[in-house]
Amino acid sequence: MPDQVLFATEVVLNGLMAGVMYSLVALGFVLIFKASGIFNFAQGVMALFAAMTLVGIQNGQVPFSHLFNAIFGTKIHYFGWEVHSVIAILLTVIVMIFMAWAVQRYIFQYLIGQEPIILFMATIGLAYFLEGVADLMWGAEIKTLNVCLNSDTCLPQGINTVIDSVTFGWFGYGFFVDNLDISATIVAIFLVAVLVIFSQYTKQGRAMRAVADDHQAALSVGISLNYIWILVWSVAGFVALVAGIMWGAKSGVQFSLSLIALKALPVLMLGGFTSIPGAIVGGLIIGVGEKLFEFLIGPMIGGATENWFAYMLALLFLVFRPQGLFGEKIIERV
Amino acid sequence: MLYREAGDFKTSYIEDNQTFPIAFDRYRYYAILAISFLILPFLVNDYFVNAILAPFLIYSIAAIGLNILTGYCGQVSLGTGGFMAVGAYSCYKLMTAFPDVSIVIHIIIAGGITAVIGAVFGLPSLRIKGFYLAVATLAAQFFLVWLFNRVSWFYNYSASGQINAPERTVFTIPVTGPNVEPWAMYMICLIFAFVSAVIARNLTRGALGRTWMAIRDMDIAAEIIGVNPLKAKLSAFAISSFFVGISGALFFAVYLGAAEAGDSFGIQKSFIVLFMIIIGGLGSIFGSFAGAALLVVLPVILKLIGADFLGWPTGLVAHIQLVIVGLLIILFLVLEPHGLAQLWRIAKEKLRLWPFPH
Repeated sequence: MPDQVLFATEVVLNGLMAGVMYSLVALGFVLIFKASGIFNFAQGVMALFAAMTLVGIQNGQVPFSHLFNAIFGTKIHYFGWEVHSVIAILLTVIVMIFMAWAVQRYIFQYLIGQEPIILFMATIGLAYFLEGVADLMWGAEIKTLNVCLNSDTCLPQGINTVIDSVTFGWFGYGFFVDNLDISATIVAIFLVAVLVIFSQYTKQGRAMRAVADDHQAALSVGISLNYIWILVWSVAGFVALVAGIMWGAKSGVQFSLSLIALKALPVLMLGGFTSIPGAIVGGLIIGVGEKLFEFLIGPMIGGATENWFAYMLALLFLVFRPQGLFGEKIIERV
Repeated sequence: MLYREAGDFKTSYIEDNQTFPIAFDRYRYYAILAISFLILPFLVNDYFVNAILAPFLIYSIAAIGLNILTGYCGQVSLGTGGFMAVGAYSCYKLMTAFPDVSIVIHIIIAGGITAVIGAVFGLPSLRIKGFYLAVATLAAQFFLVWLFNRVSWFYNYSASGQINAPERTVFTIPVTGPNVEPWAMYMICLIFAFVSAVIARNLTRGALGRTWMAIRDMDIAAEIIGVNPLKAKLSAFAISSFFVGISGALFFAVYLGAAEAGDSFGIQKSFIVLFMIIIGGLGSIFGSFAGAALLVVLPVILKLIGADFLGWPTGLVAHIQLVIVGLLIILFLVLEPHGLAQLWRIAKEKLRLWPFPH
């Protein structure tokens, strides 16, 4: 095969992997939007918050130590122990559930019946708040995140040598595929499977789907909306944690992690705000599309097109299909 | 006792339709104008103008612009930063291409160019609504900033990729460049803010404003009663972008002096201006000023208290500021979704009945 085709194939492969990472973030958006009609802009910051909490717990950092040190003039930073990754993840999940409860109890309970746009703006406020809290709790410096079962088995990183050597044997050119991206894909498949099983076969999952279909009908058969919304935010918090681990392991835990929300938005537009398959397919299309565009057209127009290409693609697409690929048809009545 | 309509008889329609029908309101308005035009220019110093007054006035213009689009016409836009960049860069190109023409004309033309770009990016609003549109306007934000960073024609092929405002004068007084007196910077911002506010106020209470509000409240119903959605939405996008472009031009030419698209007009700008109109009040010109004032003064106060008075590290103060801004937004939405402007309205209603509320 000619070199260009080989390079393009490699780009497509990596685009698919990147698309999976986008889908991971987009999933959290879809879950909350379906169940409560809230377009949760804070999803990216939730991923940042979860990842920072995980690292903080792992390293035995003292929460809010910077604030205490500034107020009382002390110099506390670490408890001096390290927590095993599994326990740290469980603790982070508890923190995220607590956050879900607090968000529902102190924000959205008061905003029931408000216009969607007000709810959206509240989540922007939440995003700022959470970002500030995360920085205050754990400090704003860049942290490295790695999840290890024991001292040997960690999340794999770096080039996958098997794929490299196999493709080198076939084409005489080894494909570069990051191990982390492969594990992210496996985790994403696993996560979606768990979500599907949860929403299809458990009582809470069915209640969640009922609420997503029709709030009033769900309420009238005795489903507590409040409980379901806390549940949904918790699940979204869990998805954010998974996305945070993957993105954090890839590019370090730092402020820019919260910007992945901006990467997930065009995915949502393309796939439709209400569809889980849409989030995945949309993620793959965007991932492949922007990598290919950057590879083929990017050098001609100055590069770094990844920032906007996804949005333009989604925008063009929406002009022809305003509800996205798999979104519910928008019916408007006066 | 002062705040009364009673006894204030109107004898013509013009009097009846004026912006401030209550005499007390009118005098308060004149008093504020007199203070800001005749007294403040003699009092201001460099710190006061640079830290508070100039950003406040410039952000107010941007907030008025966004308020027309979001507050009056109901189209949420997250592309304000990008449109401010259009204003700044077109002002820069005009300033360097036609050095003899007055800077005031350049700023106005820069607004006009932004209006055209805004209308182009407003075209999808005819098909896309609600959140989809909000996200679609992000396309404008990212694309425009990328364009100004990558295409070197826009920054005249300068090596740093920055744009620097050359010195320009109004009536021989420098208003841009390094030799600007604080009062001159303040006055040019004030004049633009004042004229923008008057134009915006009169647009929004006229026929055009009513069509915008009809679209905002329910676009299909508005279409049925004969509002042309194409005209209403595109005019909202264009006029909103006009003000945003002017504020971007002022922000670059008068306030910053040097700018770089990614740093000065990033997505954070879009959010800040959106917060201003949420906190200030959607659909209110006064609210645009109130929100801008709050969000400009808040960081200054926090910095004074946190960094200078308590001696905390600036990073920590910045994080506390994030928390406070986030909390403020949530609090406002929970307690008063219509913002400071609504509080002011309620206060006026109370004042009307005051000392005998029953």
